[in-house]
Amino acid sequence: MSVDMRTYLAHVELANPITTAAGCAASGAELSQFFDLARLGAVVTRSITMAPRAGRPTPRMAETPSGLLNGVGLQGPGVEAFLERELPRLVDRGARAVVSIAGGSVAEYTALARRLSDAPGVAAVEINLSCPNVEDMGRVFARDPAASAEVVSSVRATMRYDVPVVAKLAPDVADIVAIARSCVDGGADALAMINTPLGMSIDVDTMRPALAAGTGGLSGPAIRPLAVRCLWQVHAALPGVPIVGMGGVASGRDALEMILAGACVVAVGTALFHDPYACLRILRELEELLKERGFERLADAVGLAHRPPGAGPRHRTDLEETSL
Amino acid sequence: MKETAGTPVQVTGTVLTTRRVDAYHALTVVAPGIAERFRPGHFVSVAVGGPHTSMPARRAFSVHDVKPDYGGTVELVFAVRGRGTAWLAERKARDTLDLVGPLGRPFPVPRDPCTCVLVGGEYGSASLFALADTLQQRGCRVDFVLGAASADRVFGALRARRMGETITLTTEDGSLGLRGRVTDALPSVIADARADVVYACGPMSMLRGVTAVAVEFDIPVQVSVEEAMACGYGVCMTCVLPVIGDDGVTRMARSCVDGPVFRGERVRFEDVGTIPFDALGAPGGRAQEGGAHSRNVS
Repeated sequence: MSVDMRTYLAHVELANPITTAAGCAASGAELSQFFDLARLGAVVTRSITMAPRAGRPTPRMAETPSGLLNGVGLQGPGVEAFLERELPRLVDRGARAVVSIAGGSVAEYTALARRLSDAPGVAAVEINLSCPNVEDMGRVFARDPAASAEVVSSVRATMRYDVPVVAKLAPDVADIVAIARSCVDGGADALAMINTPLGMSIDVDTMRPALAAGTGGLSGPAIRPLAVRCLWQVHAALPGVPIVGMGGVASGRDALEMILAGACVVAVGTALFHDPYACLRILRELEELLKERGFERLADAVGLAHRPPGAGPRHRTDLEETSL
Repeated sequence: MKETAGTPVQVTGTVLTTRRVDAYHALTVVAPGIAERFRPGHFVSVAVGGPHTSMPARRAFSVHDVKPDYGGTVELVFAVRGRGTAWLAERKARDTLDLVGPLGRPFPVPRDPCTCVLVGGEYGSASLFALADTLQQRGCRVDFVLGAASADRVFGALRARRMGETITLTTEDGSLGLRGRVTDALPSVIADARADVVYACGPMSMLRGVTAVAVEFDIPVQVSVEEAMACGYGVCMTCVLPVIGDDGVTRMARSCVDGPVFRGERVRFEDVGTIPFDALGAPGGRAQEGGAHSRNVS
């Protein structure tokens, strides 16, 4: 018996829970040289901006213990070129496209949402809230519950009703549950976490910051415990909200950990830089692990680690009640 | 921009032999699938540190040699620079390696026989020998200029001597060949050989100098750049440098999939490590219009 791996991102059904993470699959064409993108639950695009962006200067990358610091700076072609070239190619390949959007103001997010709302093939929109808010002295949206909620509600109001809006949260905040709650109140259909926390590395030979931008986003296995904690807290507080979990997932066991903490979709990021087949391998390993543990459906494992201590071994009769 | 030159594959290769070549390490790996798709100028990326590694970034290496024996082997030449290359240098025969390749755009080769000067700096010379083979098979004359800081860092002098019509060696400390840099010797080599084209692989500063010389002689120059990459197949966006496109617009091109071979005069060497103000999407630059008429980055 194979495990039923179907999952739901809000009301959108995905064939399986493994997706790419925003910014880790470029335009999708690069990975499709290796495998069929339609085999993924979804492809999450890099964060699309209104105008083309050249990104930050090099060096943009520094390896840290079990992690990677990056300061790419959202290099991308801008929304028009994305809609003209990259999105149709993803759709032609049969991939489900979750489009990540990034902006410097509420108006820019809204304009992006408007531009995407009539584009065919957008399975969901993910809002990258880790951008500096130009209207608020460069303070990052994701650190302010009110600013996050404003972006979410504006995108939600603009986007077609049948396209789920996913708010992507940053982990380096005092109270992630408060931010999550205000995003859901603002109309987010699902939450994605975590974006990369800020980190820094200094090259002791040149005695200068290792990245041209100074600080960068930390990703890779080093941040997995941080991601699991965020998922755990938010799922405990908002058990009905679907969560896309990500942060250092490199194996099926890592993906299962996220699912047990409360994620119903798991995104793979940095592992794709190490292994172009990471998504498919993780999916295979995850299915195997679920089967070994006697699960018939992936949905039965979502948030299972939250059951009270002493609940004893899981019984089949319990499963029907714990499903999402 | 073309789609892909050779579709890359991921294979588990077995190390056949390891050896030291002066200051460098050479690893021959049985890598079926990669060897038969290989063209001169392609590179491979290697996962380092084993299955439970704490090093998530792959390491990119140019390929010195490809042979059909043992089902197809590739030989990598590298210098130990950090933890990843140190791990790779410790590999022994029969160890396995996770390879992805062939990657990148290979050297374009002339249709008709002509005279080619191949310029290599440090272990950058390694990727020139497969190219020299191909060029000679097409009836081209090949001249080598190889250089490095010291004699033990000049790679492939013997092989170049066997293959090349002429070979010129330069070292900065004068321990081998002429004292100085490859760019000091290059003009007379181009003039003597009446060269039609220059190919170069080595450090960025050398490529910049070689391009300047070729431009002076008004002959085409193809350079293979070396930039730090995390993946090698175009998804991480970390290995960019400013390159002028066919339409005259500068874009931050990825050296892994848009390169590593570029026409020398198209690379803005003096702006490497920066975002030129006139690049597509540069901060405060031409991106303000909303990009409705702009072209893709890659």
